Amino acid sequence: MKANLKYNAAWLGVMVLGFVVIDACEFLGIINSFIENMLVTIGINIILATGLNLIIGFSGQFSLGHAGFMAIGAYATGIITQTLVTPIGFYLSVVVGIVIAIIAALIVGIPTLRLRGDYLAIATMGAAEIIRILINNLKITNGAAGLFNIPPLVTWATVYVFMCVTTIVTVNFIHSRSGRAVMSVREDEIAAESMGINTTRWKLAAFVFGASTAAIGGSLHAAYIQTIAPGDFNIMASIAILIIVVLGGVGSITGTFIAAIVLGTLDTVLQNFGTLRMIIYSLALILIMIFKPSGLLGTWEFSFKRLGSRQRKEQSVHE
Amino acid sequence: MSSPLLTAQQIVKSFGGLTAVANVSVHFDQNELIGLIGPNGAGKTTLFNLLTGVTPVTSGAISLYTDQGVQSLNGKKPAEIAQAGISRTFQNIRLFKELTVLDNVRIAMTNHYREGFFTSIFRTPKFYRTEADMTTAAQKLLAIFDLTGVADQPAKNLPYGIQRRLEIVRALATKPKLLFLDEPAAGMNPEETADLTRLIRQIQHDFHITIVLIEHDMSLVMNVVERLYVLEHGALLAEGTPSEIQQNPAVIKAYLGGEA
Repeated sequence: MKANLKYNAAWLGVMVLGFVVIDACEFLGIINSFIENMLVTIGINIILATGLNLIIGFSGQFSLGHAGFMAIGAYATGIITQTLVTPIGFYLSVVVGIVIAIIAALIVGIPTLRLRGDYLAIATMGAAEIIRILINNLKITNGAAGLFNIPPLVTWATVYVFMCVTTIVTVNFIHSRSGRAVMSVREDEIAAESMGINTTRWKLAAFVFGASTAAIGGSLHAAYIQTIAPGDFNIMASIAILIIVVLGGVGSITGTFIAAIVLGTLDTVLQNFGTLRMIIYSLALILIMIFKPSGLLGTWEFSFKRLGSRQRKEQSVHE
Repeated sequence: MSSPLLTAQQIVKSFGGLTAVANVSVHFDQNELIGLIGPNGAGKTTLFNLLTGVTPVTSGAISLYTDQGVQSLNGKKPAEIAQAGISRTFQNIRLFKELTVLDNVRIAMTNHYREGFFTSIFRTPKFYRTEADMTTAAQKLLAIFDLTGVADQPAKNLPYGIQRRLEIVRALATKPKLLFLDEPAAGMNPEETADLTRLIRQIQHDFHITIVLIEHDMSLVMNVVERLYVLEHGALLAEGTPSEIQQNPAVIKAYLGGEA
């Protein structure tokens, strides 16, 4: 218990330090609006990709419709905050987005996750398209033109805090009885079932969890960027999130962080190269697939606990 | 006469035109050690799969006798059957390879511990208590089977014999009343088989459960089991004690061929 407290405190320290560093840079003028935009995009991508990694890397189900759930959150925020222009309105819209995303995930997940295999990939891809086309044709969402002038109720600090909270919650979920049950499904579905694990239920839990974090990412995106259109949430958007997960390591949250940061920075640095950017991007992916198919970090995770026990071991060796 | 634990009456499984299991009736009693033998393709593993719900029966009735009375297992999913108290190992080891030995065992305990969603994501004191309880229980089980030293290793790193042992430990962690072992000695050398024989006896003695075992290694089967079923071509050929079976002309014919 006390040991756990120490590691939790270490993580809290890292998070506070990150906040202070960004805040100081902001204060000193090192971070201009251009770089801030990059940092916020990275933060939102981390939220989206950790959720997707939970689905793909930990429960072993393949989802291709993450942008669809993101769209639900984004439009919930876009619509609600236009009438309720307060922070409370924003938080309410986040909750509404999560609830709708959960319902949508249940509708897609319940029939497909009962089956073994990659049915979820097709179903989620279809569901994301349905969501996009609905948004495209509804009056309340302003059709293909999208929503603009969404009140800027989100600062980089909000995104940072949300990023930390969703990551903590996701990691805690993974390192619990539920997380282990979810991973057993990835490892061997038949064996898991024979051990009394209700595989459908746990797959659904991971999928719904991932979908609700996507909605959070969408809400933040809408409130920060202030303009959203159905085209922002097409299949390419889903694939962009998938790339982060695959590049970082399927089953590694640490990897997701690194990949989101690397790709986000690369994206900004290469902005002037136009279409050449996409070539560099794809080249990087091909190289990764050839030399490190499990992603940059595979399933490796950074852990203060392991670091602590290693140091203790080394100390005892030296003594 | 001891009381029954599981009975299967007239169960049939056909895959299209092929009848893999034909009208087989078996009964396993409380605290019994039963062997299931037969030539390759006789339908032994299929019978296990039917009894554990991995494949549904075409016809016939399977009933489990519990403290709450008789329970029909027909149409139940494998997870429900496992929760009812039936656990198993697999012919081709199916461990959670990338996960640690400890996690393999803790996963099998999932249904015996309650840990709410919000308890775990917000790490309340109750979460740490439940986790500690689970870990202690798992370590205790690992200690009984000499696996404490490898508790933090991924299961895939273990030698073959130890993997088989871990699979048995994992099955026991679900607290079964009935344990199916599908060829536990396959691929083991004589020394490992002797260890396994001791292990199976120890399990039955310490855990007071019924064990059904599919095995080709006759030295193991004849040494440990109290009663044997012999399957051939999906049908029950004989039933009896090991010495009865060894003298049964039909069994000798099935195994050695020729006129007996």
